Amino acid sequence: MTMTPIAPRVALFVPCFIDASFPEIGVATLQLLERLGCIVEYPFNQTCCGQPLANEGDQKNAAACEALFVQNFAGYDYIVGPSASCIHHVRQHMDAIEQTDEVTQVRTHAYELVEFLHDILQVRDFPWASFPHKVALHNSCTSLRSLQPPLASMSEIRGPAFSKPKELLANVPGIEWVELERADECCGFGGLFSIFEEGVSAKMGYDKVDDQRRAGAEYIVSADMSCLMHQKGCAQRLGYGQKYIHIAQILNGDTV
Amino acid sequence: MKPVDQSAAADMFIADVQHERFHDHHLWDLRKGRDQERDQIPEWETLRQLASDIKAHTLTHLADYLEEFERNATANGVQIHWAQDAQEHNRIVGEIFAAHQVKTVIKSKSMLTDECQMRPYLAELGITVIESDLGERIQQLDDDQPPSHIVVPAVHKLRGDVAKLFARTINSDPNNDDPKVLSEAGRQSLRPHFLAADAGMTGANYLIAETGSFVVCTNEGNADISANLPPLHVASVGIEKLIPRIEDLGVFIRLLSRSALGSPITQYTSHFRAPRDGSEMHIVLVDNGRSARLGMADFWTSLKCIRCGACMNTCPVYRRSGGLSYGSVYPGPIGVILNPAIDLHRYRALPYASTMNGSCTSVCPVKINIHEQIYQWRRIISEKQELPLLRRTALDVAAKVLASPALYRRVIAGVDQVSREFPRALIYNPLNAWGLQREIPDAPKATFHQWWAKNRGADHE
Repeated sequence: MTMTPIAPRVALFVPCFIDASFPEIGVATLQLLERLGCIVEYPFNQTCCGQPLANEGDQKNAAACEALFVQNFAGYDYIVGPSASCIHHVRQHMDAIEQTDEVTQVRTHAYELVEFLHDILQVRDFPWASFPHKVALHNSCTSLRSLQPPLASMSEIRGPAFSKPKELLANVPGIEWVELERADECCGFGGLFSIFEEGVSAKMGYDKVDDQRRAGAEYIVSADMSCLMHQKGCAQRLGYGQKYIHIAQILNGDTV
Repeated sequence: MKPVDQSAAADMFIADVQHERFHDHHLWDLRKGRDQERDQIPEWETLRQLASDIKAHTLTHLADYLEEFERNATANGVQIHWAQDAQEHNRIVGEIFAAHQVKTVIKSKSMLTDECQMRPYLAELGITVIESDLGERIQQLDDDQPPSHIVVPAVHKLRGDVAKLFARTINSDPNNDDPKVLSEAGRQSLRPHFLAADAGMTGANYLIAETGSFVVCTNEGNADISANLPPLHVASVGIEKLIPRIEDLGVFIRLLSRSALGSPITQYTSHFRAPRDGSEMHIVLVDNGRSARLGMADFWTSLKCIRCGACMNTCPVYRRSGGLSYGSVYPGPIGVILNPAIDLHRYRALPYASTMNGSCTSVCPVKINIHEQIYQWRRIISEKQELPLLRRTALDVAAKVLASPALYRRVIAGVDQVSREFPRALIYNPLNAWGLQREIPDAPKATFHQWWAKNRGADHE
């Protein structure tokens, strides 16, 4: 295992929906980072990065959220969060507030968990983990087509194939990958799209979970739990048996 | 005008399972065909960049190239007209036809004439326009229903629908829905119109400044007959269709049909340069908001669009909504970013009919950052108070909660408690949009925040 010589000081960013609905992913992220030698702090007054408001175009309302985020996360070497769409917002869209040095420091030090493990810690072995299941990978659209640099290659662009999540999972024993027909088609979550465009959102979700079912996936793993929350809701309503898990939980060796 | 309710129209489209399924699968097949063609071209991404750069160059020197085009086309014997907007375009076309006593026009596909609503205008003048593209003809016969896709206008119809429509309108056999039989019936019904037309109309895919010529790409050859049989050819073209040189054309020809239909090239790539002996050729160059768009810092690159429809084929929302749901000549992702500039109030819902997944941007052969422009339009819609009141109020409340750690903790605890304690029938009520077709996540025993406070909180509380 490659480790940076000095223990990195990491601020753990637990996105609001993970805090409220999937705390186990926050715990897995925390434990994993600590196992890998990071000194992890949890800025206690954090709430949300402002993405749901900014994605509606509502810069006025996003500003207070963004200011609070910066207040919580300023000054850390690394800000790590297990969600590509939230990190994408911080890194590429957080401009409802004045771009002070402090804001810029926060925006340039925010990392999605997979890229932090892959690019910064450069870890490839998770000896405590094993996952003897048929697994399909779900790459969120944000992680493929918006986040810079992306976590994996996309089907639209001609170029070498790569996948940071798969590289991290490559040494976890037991995983048998299954491939979807439409591997990187959007699942229809889309944040508030899932509420305000409910019909299309659910139809896209149903098509996605059908594809996963046909592929024979027992588990769907992703670096983005928000997509999985939607997919899981669709699969449960349809009575499908496949399960949904965040990559942090597999890499941390959580029993599920 | 009343805002378009894309979401409600999409719900109706989805409710028709058979049509939605065909629509989604057929267009996804076009996307797959596009990927296969791309894989045959090692320099694909270089081509896209080149096409994007050529368009950027042309658009930033547009006035010069337009004048160069006019000079060269005029020297070729073509008559050039300038139309500032749709009304002027229609008036000019009407005047050309009046001068030639034109009563019937045979026309190939042109999004621009739909944009200008030219057919109803000419109908008022007693001029009948017959669409010669099969898909456009189907739409015209169906009580002038607008096209639902810019390349495959009747893609939302099944062949059974066309059989019924043709039986009603051109007396074909209602029980024979063999596509070959149907297209032959369509062809036979069009032939007399080709022969009788007083004038032919086309659009153009490319205007070439250095030659004063223009290029029309079709798969049916209908533009060639429309242009070459009657003694008068009028082409309506948007000013953004320019490219500087004939040698630039190859870049676009290589990208166009591969992106659109997954075929290496359209069946016909026809160059028009000068009128035939004894006939006239006119080109109406139309602005209709394009110059204004060129001045919009965040949106001018949408003028690079070559109307291939790849963004529609790949769009997961479009495939499940149908093009008619967008209430506009330009549906799908490109329509989402074009329409708000035309009428912000009417099209205010369109930028929200998107998950901003970015697939459109990544297939676009001229690299328009479509999903980023969608994001920018949302900011404008919010700023101009065009979000519906209920939605604005919800955002105001959410913002108060999310910006206050104490309030946020209380709300989450409350929601989790409701989720644990309330009966299912109360939680899954009709106002709970999430729960209509999806399960809500189970409430955890404790939030992460509570977990931290309990397990690690000694130093922090």
